[in-house]
Amino acid sequence: MDNAIVFEYNVDSDDFTRAGEASSDIKKKLKEMGVSPEIVRKVAIAMYEGEINMVIHANGGKITVEITPKEIEMKLADVGPGIPDVDKAMQAGWSTAPEEVRNLGFGAGMGLPNMKKNTDDMKIDTEIGKGTTITMMVKMG
Amino acid sequence: MKVSELSSMFKLINAGDMEREVKGVFCCDLLSVAMGKAPADSAWVTVMANVNTLAVASLTDVSCVVLAEGAVLDEATVNKAREQEITVFSTEEPIFEAALRIHG
Repeated sequence: MDNAIVFEYNVDSDDFTRAGEASSDIKKKLKEMGVSPEIVRKVAIAMYEGEINMVIHANGGKITVEITPKEIEMKLADVGPGIPDVDKAMQAGWSTAPEEVRNLGFGAGMGLPNMKKNTDDMKIDTEIGKGTTITMMVKMG
Repeated sequence: MKVSELSSMFKLINAGDMEREVKGVFCCDLLSVAMGKAPADSAWVTVMANVNTLAVASLTDVSCVVLAEGAVLDEATVNKAREQEITVFSTEEPIFEAALRIHG
């Protein structure tokens, strides 16, 4: 793609204290680029939810963010267990997060719905035992 | 109202941008919900005091966090707030009373 700026991040597994670092970094970079605060907030929220999901469910993974003048694309790829029922996972309130995650204030089954709400397009490719790749796009204007 | 004005109501734990406007109050302890609903530039009142609270505060762009019911951050988390320049207050008051005070 022309004029694309690409950033890559590795997300560690089971590290809740560091979860959010990739999203914070992208937020900072987009702000510096002069992207509108509303777009920055949408990207940051969607990416953080995805990042937390990777830590909770998938032993971490890799995030690639591609920024063009027209849009921001986030690709979150993991080699976790996969999502058995995507329709169920997309329902607000449905969660398979363990107790210790819920005690931290997460795992309320809001992650995927929040990601969809804050993006203009979202695609989930998942295969049981192989992993999940979520591609999200936010338009610049 | 400016963030600095909250200093007279609550104990200041970390000072970020004290000149920021507080445009509303948001109360929620579930980070998953706060992530989707906390309005930018609001004062977020919660009893959830961990490092993820700071991440959510930063990403949703609230103007400050008020920890109610005597909730405390550990030292490492206070350092994180300092690094990320997030204003954090604490109070012994329940969430409702703290929020009401800001709403004034």
